[in-house]
Amino acid sequence: MATHILRRQVSQILSHASPNSSPTSYFSLARPFSSATDTIRATLFPGDGIGPEIAESVKQVFRTAEVPIEWEEHYVGDQVDPRTQSFLTWESLESVRKNRVGLKGPMATPIGKGHRSLNLTLRKELNLYANVRPCYSLPGYKTRYDDVNLITIRENTEGEYSGLEHQVVRGVVESLKIITRQASLRVAEYAFHYAKTHGRERVSAIHKANIMQKTDGLFLKCCREVAEKYPEITYEEVVIDNCCMMLVKNPALFDVLVMPNLYGDIISDLCAGLIGGLGLTPSCNIGEGGIALAEAVHGSAPDIAGKNMANPTALLLSSVSMLRHLNLHDKADRIQEAILSTIAEGKYRTADLGGTSTTTDFTKAICDHL
Amino acid sequence: MATTRRSLPLLRTLIAGKTQTRTVTYMPRPGDGAPRPVTLIPGDGIGPLVTNAVEQVMEAMHAPVYFEKYDIHGDMKRVPQEVLDSIKKNKVCLKGGLRTPMGGGVSSLNMQLRKELDLYASLVNCCNFPGLPTRHENVDIVVIRENTEGEYSGLEHEVVPGVVESLKVITKFCSERIAKYAFEYAYLNNRKKVTAVHKANIMKLADGLFLESCREVATKYPSIKYNEIIVDNCCMQLVSKPEQFDVMVTPNLYGNLVANTAAGIAGGTGVMPGGNVGAEYAVFEQGASAGNVGKEKIVEQKTANPVALLLSSAMMLRHLQFPSFADRLESAVKRVISEGQYRTKDLGGQSSTQEVVDAVIAKLD
Repeated sequence: MATHILRRQVSQILSHASPNSSPTSYFSLARPFSSATDTIRATLFPGDGIGPEIAESVKQVFRTAEVPIEWEEHYVGDQVDPRTQSFLTWESLESVRKNRVGLKGPMATPIGKGHRSLNLTLRKELNLYANVRPCYSLPGYKTRYDDVNLITIRENTEGEYSGLEHQVVRGVVESLKIITRQASLRVAEYAFHYAKTHGRERVSAIHKANIMQKTDGLFLKCCREVAEKYPEITYEEVVIDNCCMMLVKNPALFDVLVMPNLYGDIISDLCAGLIGGLGLTPSCNIGEGGIALAEAVHGSAPDIAGKNMANPTALLLSSVSMLRHLNLHDKADRIQEAILSTIAEGKYRTADLGGTSTTTDFTKAICDHL
Repeated sequence: MATTRRSLPLLRTLIAGKTQTRTVTYMPRPGDGAPRPVTLIPGDGIGPLVTNAVEQVMEAMHAPVYFEKYDIHGDMKRVPQEVLDSIKKNKVCLKGGLRTPMGGGVSSLNMQLRKELDLYASLVNCCNFPGLPTRHENVDIVVIRENTEGEYSGLEHEVVPGVVESLKVITKFCSERIAKYAFEYAYLNNRKKVTAVHKANIMKLADGLFLESCREVATKYPSIKYNEIIVDNCCMQLVSKPEQFDVMVTPNLYGNLVANTAAGIAGGTGVMPGGNVGAEYAVFEQGASAGNVGKEKIVEQKTANPVALLLSSAMMLRHLQFPSFADRLESAVKRVISEGQYRTKDLGGQSSTQEVVDAVIAKLD
């Protein structure tokens, strides 16, 4: 029974990955050097805490699967780089800009003033406008929900996170939510493009336009405009509060969700909760000009750093997203299948999934499944 | 006659091996039994169906309330003055949902009522019911949401073509009074913990002010635990470990989301009671989603779930100082749910609204 479900799930996921992207599409990701034999250079930020361990796991799996990727490793500096006003160096950012693809482990922003948070630096400098999180129930790992298979796409540059706030008079503060046509169209385009290239059938725009008529109204208007260009994809609009309730009652109702910044933040974490937490959720950030920075969104877990206990699943699945972005679909499928079947088998699981395996054992088991 | 009627439930609870829960220490003032007027707004969609359910049950109980009914609908421009006058006179109102016209949210009748009557706190009680299996157990959360400002300020404008701005307004005054209400609620209901929901890591000033107010109030209630949680993490925790939450206090929008999520995990909006309350007036309604008036089909088939509004009416009876009527209503509703014979479709049954109502009336002590 379990294997049956597993097979179904895997084939479902594989079918979603069918590479049928049209060459004329707005977000053409075709790379002049992406034929299977050439080596692709990608930037790797192992990050802090458990980051280096789980990054090692990814490298090992990629070596075993013979993925033609050469990593350019970059670490967070111990001094603020004046060119970026951050602990990330200019060279690191240049590396991502040049390679146009990267993978990032968890980073802990050092406390203190006079510098930007690491994530903010990456987002601003690389213009990462969309955050994409595929969320599917892992076969064999039981949570209260076993029918989750959805994608959340979050606008990542504006909205409630504009950072524009002020005190009007004592005791009265205002915070600005900014929605622009350009950013809304951009994320909507990406969502529909994603749905089309990944064989998804429906895009739901999540909003609160009944209350915020102009801002969320503009977001919806942009989504509708883009939806017209994709007649084969069903488009619907769902009010955010209703969306929350539908998600926790029956997550199978959703396919691809596209939303403004704050709603995306909340819904993507809620969905991660449905399938077992941030330790299992892959994430990929899409930037202007086809930059993709895949990342693990969980924390750097300094308490278990260096103990060989960390679960590399989120970073591994993120690296799979990265491979899909590069159109290396067979490698992506093979690795994803190996990860899912290792977890489904249940013999090798890390402590957070109720097992006793070390990071290295778990990684080895995945490599054996390739 | 009175004694036999009263001893019956006692007998029944003894047979069931439960302890008696009815309050025996309540001493009303002379005249407290006089019937009280309550404004009733049936509303749109399923509203008339479920408010009618309440009317029937109240009549069957001979509850000391009578309704002043006003037919208003979501597509009206304004709440008629006579309705506001009625609520202002009666202090208490029971209402079904009023449809929110698309794009008319901030001036919808639901919002107008809240603003006109200064109903600054919205309360939703999300808990599991015995006998009603859901994905989560031990959910017993009360969401108390600021109802007048924040993202619902209605202040929006186009800066230049293609760029629009919406203002979220947070004031010390409103943050403080909602925090006070939340802690007072926890204190009066023997709740142990209040959790403030925020996004102050991003909205440092606005949500920061909200948190600051909560912290100040918290110091006055040393017996109640206080903690804070970021809204995205909050939703993740709600779907994985909801049992950790007790009372939650939130700014406007987050409360809307948190209450719907919590209602969803505990059994759906069809069973969660709630209401809006201010210093002077109280409006009781279905807990989550005031603007959700149900689908056409449910209205036609008359299969709306009356449980949420029946439980809200129990809340109302207690608010009016009729505790034993509240207890009777509540225990009858809970018994119908736990026996499971009469449930509407949203709870996995096939009963119509009327069948559930009849079952509740039959179960009244």
